[in-house]
Amino acid sequence: MSDAVLEVRGVTKSYGDVQVLRGIDLAVREHEAIALIGASGSGKSTLLRCIDLLDDIDDGDVFLDGEVITDPACEPVQVRRRLGMVFQAFNLFPHMTILENVALAPERAHGVDRREARERGRELLARFGLAGREDEYPDRLSGGQQQRVALVRALATRPRALLLDEITSALDPELVGEVLSLVRDLKAEGMTMLIATHEMGFAREVANEVCFLHDGQIIEHGDPERMFTAPEREETQRFLRRLLDARRL
Amino acid sequence: MTTVPVDRRAARELARRRKARRGTLIAVVSSVVVLGGLAAIVLTSSGWPAVKSTFFSWSAFKTSFPDILKAFWIDVKLFIAVEAVVLVLGLVIALVRTTRAPALFPLRLLSTLWVDILRGVPTILVVYLIGFGIPALQLSGLPTDPVVLGGIALAMSYSAYVAEVYRAGIHSVHPSQRAAALAVGLTQTQAMRRVVLPQAVRRVLAPLLNDFISLQKDVALVSVLGPLEAFRVAQINAAENFNYTPLIAAALLYLAVTVPLARMLDRMQARSRDVTSGTVPL
Ligand SMILES: Nc1ncnc2c1ncn2[C@@H]1O[C@H](COP(=O)(O)OP(=O)(O)OP(=O)(O)O)[C@@H](O)[C@H]1O
Ligand SMILES: [Mg+2]
Repeated sequence: MSDAVLEVRGVTKSYGDVQVLRGIDLAVREHEAIALIGASGSGKSTLLRCIDLLDDIDDGDVFLDGEVITDPACEPVQVRRRLGMVFQAFNLFPHMTILENVALAPERAHGVDRREARERGRELLARFGLAGREDEYPDRLSGGQQQRVALVRALATRPRALLLDEITSALDPELVGEVLSLVRDLKAEGMTMLIATHEMGFAREVANEVCFLHDGQIIEHGDPERMFTAPEREETQRFLRRLLDARRL
Repeated sequence: MTTVPVDRRAARELARRRKARRGTLIAVVSSVVVLGGLAAIVLTSSGWPAVKSTFFSWSAFKTSFPDILKAFWIDVKLFIAVEAVVLVLGLVIALVRTTRAPALFPLRLLSTLWVDILRGVPTILVVYLIGFGIPALQLSGLPTDPVVLGGIALAMSYSAYVAEVYRAGIHSVHPSQRAAALAVGLTQTQAMRRVVLPQAVRRVLAPLLNDFISLQKDVALVSVLGPLEAFRVAQINAAENFNYTPLIAAALLYLAVTVPLARMLDRMQARSRDVTSGTVPL
C-alpha cells in the first residue's frame, strides 16, 4: 500500500455499451494537487463521480487513506462525508440561503450543533470573501460567487480531499480568476485535490502532476512543465495543439 | 453625454397616460357591449319570466338559505379533513413510488395500483362503492357514518391525483441537486427531505391548490350517501317547494369558497413566475 490519500487502480466503467473508463490508475498523495485534463467526453466527470461513489464502477478499486471504498460492503455515505466535491454547474441548493447551504452538511451529516455549524459557516464564508452575503439566496450571486460558495460548502465538512470537476468552465471569462485564486489558496494551505480542468495555465501553475485522459485511459502523466512543453504521446500533442489554436494555453 | 430634454420626457409621459386611458375605455365599452348583449338575450327570451321565478325567487332564497348554510358546515369540515388526509397520503404514495429500495417493492406495486385504479374510476363511483360496500360487509369496527365513508372515498380518489402531482414535482428537480446533496454527505432520505422535496413542493403548489378547489366542490358527491350536507338540503328544499332557487343558494356557497381559492392560486402562479425569473427568493 502506498502513502496516497486517494488511489485509483484499474477502474473501468461503462454506460450501456459505451466503455467510458478503461482501466484508470492514479494516485493523489497528501497535500498534492493532481490535474486531470482531456477532451470533452473523455470521462473526467465520470471518474470523479465514481471516486465520490455517486456512480458505481464496474471493475478495479478506489482507496481512500489505504481503505478500499469501492467494496460493495463499504457504506457510501460514510465515504462521501470524508470527501468534498464541487461541480461544474455549482449545484447550490436554490431554496436555501448561502449560509444554510454551507451549514447543512456539518449539521445534518456530521452532527455539529446548529449554532456552531452556522458560526463556522459564517467564518468560512468571510475567509473566502463572502462576508455579508450569508442570508441571500444563490440566484442573487454572480456565477463566480456561487462557485466560491460551492467550494466553501465542500470545505465546511473538513474533507480529506477535494474533487473539483471543471469548476470554472461554466463561468464568464472575467469570473474565472476569482475562483482559481481560491483554489490556489487551498493548495497553499495543503489541501489534497484532484482537479479536472480545461484551464491549462492554471494546471501548469498549481498541479504537482498532470494526467492526460484519452479514450478512457490515462495515456500520459507527469510533471506539468514537461507535459505542457514536451508531451511524448502524439494524442497529447494533438490535444494541446488544439487548445493552443483555441487560445486557451 | 446627451440628456433627454425635459419637455420631450413630459410629452412621452403624457402619451403613455393617454394610451392607458384609451385602453381602459376600450375595456369598459367592450365589457358593456358583450355582457349587456348576453343579458339582453337571456332577459328577453320567452322563457325568462318562468326561469326567474323558479331559479331566482328572492322569497324562496330567504327561507331556504339558513338551512343550507347550516348544512354547508358539513361540507367545509369534510373538505378540511379530507384535504389534510390527502396532502399526507398523497405525499406518502409519491415517495413510495419514487424510491428504489427493493424492500419497498410490494408497497411500490400497491401504490402504483392505487393510483392507476383510483384515478381511472369516476369519483362518484368510488363514493358509491365505499359508501354502500363497506357497511354491507357488516364487519364491526368499520365506520358506518355516511359522512365518514364519503370522506374516505374522496380521500382515496384525491390522494391518487395529489400523489401524481407530488411525483411530477419530485421528478422536476434536476438529478444534480440530489447528487450535490449526497456529495456533501447526506443520506438518501436526508437528500430527499432537505433538498429535493422542498424544491418539488414549491413547484407544485399551484397544481395542488387546483386539486383543492376541485375537492371543495366534489364534497357534494357525498350527498348520494344521504347525509344532509348543503347540496342535499338544497335538493330536498327545491323538491318540496317546486322551486330551484335553493340550488342557486348552494352554488353561491360553494363559490364563496372556491373563488377566493382561485384568486390565491392566481397570485401564487404569478409569484412562482417571479421566482423562476429570479426576482423573488423562493
Ligand atoms: N449517465 C450517463 N449515461 C450514459 N452516458 C453517460 C452518462 N454520463 C456520461 N456519459 C458518457 O460518458 C462519456 C464521458 O462523459 P464525462 O461527462 O465523464 O466526460 P468529461 O470528460 O467530463 O467531459 P466534459 O469535459 O464535457 O465535461 C461521454 O461520452 C458521455 O456521453
Ligand atoms: Mg465533465
